[in-house]
Amino acid sequence: MIEVKSIYKTFGRNEVLKDINAVFKPGKNNLIIGSSGSGKTTLLKCIVGLHEPTSGEVLYDDVNFTKMHFEGRVPIRKQIGMLFQNSALFDSMTVEENIIFPLNLFTDMSNSEKHDRANFCLKRVNLEGTNKLYPSELSGGMKKRVGIARAISMQPKYLFVDEPNSGLDPKTAILIDELISELTEEYQTTTVIVTHDMNSVMGIGDHIIFLNDGQKWWEGTNHEIAHTNNKELNSFVFASKFMQAAREKL
Amino acid sequence: MFHSLGRYLLLLRLSFRKPEKFSVYWAEIMREMVSQGIGSLGIICIISVFIGAVAAIQVAFQLVSPLVPRAIVGSISRDSTILEFSPTISALVLAGRVGSSIASQIGTMRVTEQIDALEIMGVNAPGYLISPKIIAGVSMIPLLVIISVILGLTGGYIACLVSREIAPTDYIIGLQDGFNTITVTVCAVKSVVFGFIITSVCSYFGFYTSGGSLEVGQSATKGVVYSCIWILFADLVISSLLL
Repeated sequence: MIEVKSIYKTFGRNEVLKDINAVFKPGKNNLIIGSSGSGKTTLLKCIVGLHEPTSGEVLYDDVNFTKMHFEGRVPIRKQIGMLFQNSALFDSMTVEENIIFPLNLFTDMSNSEKHDRANFCLKRVNLEGTNKLYPSELSGGMKKRVGIARAISMQPKYLFVDEPNSGLDPKTAILIDELISELTEEYQTTTVIVTHDMNSVMGIGDHIIFLNDGQKWWEGTNHEIAHTNNKELNSFVFASKFMQAAREKL
Repeated sequence: MFHSLGRYLLLLRLSFRKPEKFSVYWAEIMREMVSQGIGSLGIICIISVFIGAVAAIQVAFQLVSPLVPRAIVGSISRDSTILEFSPTISALVLAGRVGSSIASQIGTMRVTEQIDALEIMGVNAPGYLISPKIIAGVSMIPLLVIISVILGLTGGYIACLVSREIAPTDYIIGLQDGFNTITVTVCAVKSVVFGFIITSVCSYFGFYTSGGSLEVGQSATKGVVYSCIWILFADLVISSLLL
């Protein structure tokens, strides 16, 4: 479980996050949604420690992550898997080398064990046989799946996903969503997904936090979101005519 | 300026933290040695031969007279090649070749979130990315400078063979005449310091890149420019301290 307590983040005079409180439970797809510039990615980066919050705390299973120094954070970071918006695969490494990279650094597994683990992770994301390819030889959807394979290689307890569907066609986007959802349920990871894709919100949003202008504006599930009276949330979720029509049928 | 210097020193401190696993870092050091050493060998060979030849011709042009022994061309060429041409000009060329490659590689990793990915995994990103480059730089650049000295002196010999203003035998006698080993010490110190400057300064500019591809290019340019300035400054300091 991850707990976010009264997080504030400012860049210069620009207050990006204001008093964010949230609890992300294991085995659930926790979504952070909001329009561009609402502070979603900044909140995610504060949670994983890529940004230091101006004030507030982030607790991983009641351990205060914010107060820790680099060395203290390493044991928690070993339990974190993250899929970045642009996959962030290491260009100079093959798919297999990308997946076994954290295993090389943090485990004493033999080469054959690491190879088996890479094959298992690739099979899990339906990318068998791509071991020797380089990231430049992969499509956008394949890169995302390799990113997921790398994220799960260390059997993470916490899974963070930044904009998993950006730049993908709708069919591939749904496949990625389903894959993340399956992994969350299978490994009971605490999964936090930043997105503004409404298919994801409706499809896998077990727990949704809506950010508006750096503040938590609404919290609920994908079933509740369709019937909320929150004006800002409605203007975000039902911005398109298609979604408005879909709401009327609900 | 002090802010940048402080960030540079802090980055260096982070770069030399205890590695997560020595074998992984060792493999990176080897890869960097090949990239910096073997990858730069061609350009170093070409410039060294030409600079050595030009140095011999110009010294001959300025000093050959009935009152000056002809062997002096070899002595002056030797000392200027060992003390200045090989370490400094090689370093300036390597700042362009190796330095820009380091800054753009690390800068691209920064803007494509690969460095963030390393940090999320719990890897000390400065240590993994920068320390192997610095270690490779301070070990391979001196070797390249040694090769440069040998080829520079060979270039001078070839120039003597071709121009016939100075007899090759006089040039060889000049090379052997009045040799002082301090020149080799100065050359070695310079090459180690220059190797450190090129790799660490360019890594710094790459590591703190923000933005996109345009900023990666700017970081590479800044890395090369600042490396060149620091190389020339260090050249002056080392020469005045050791000679």
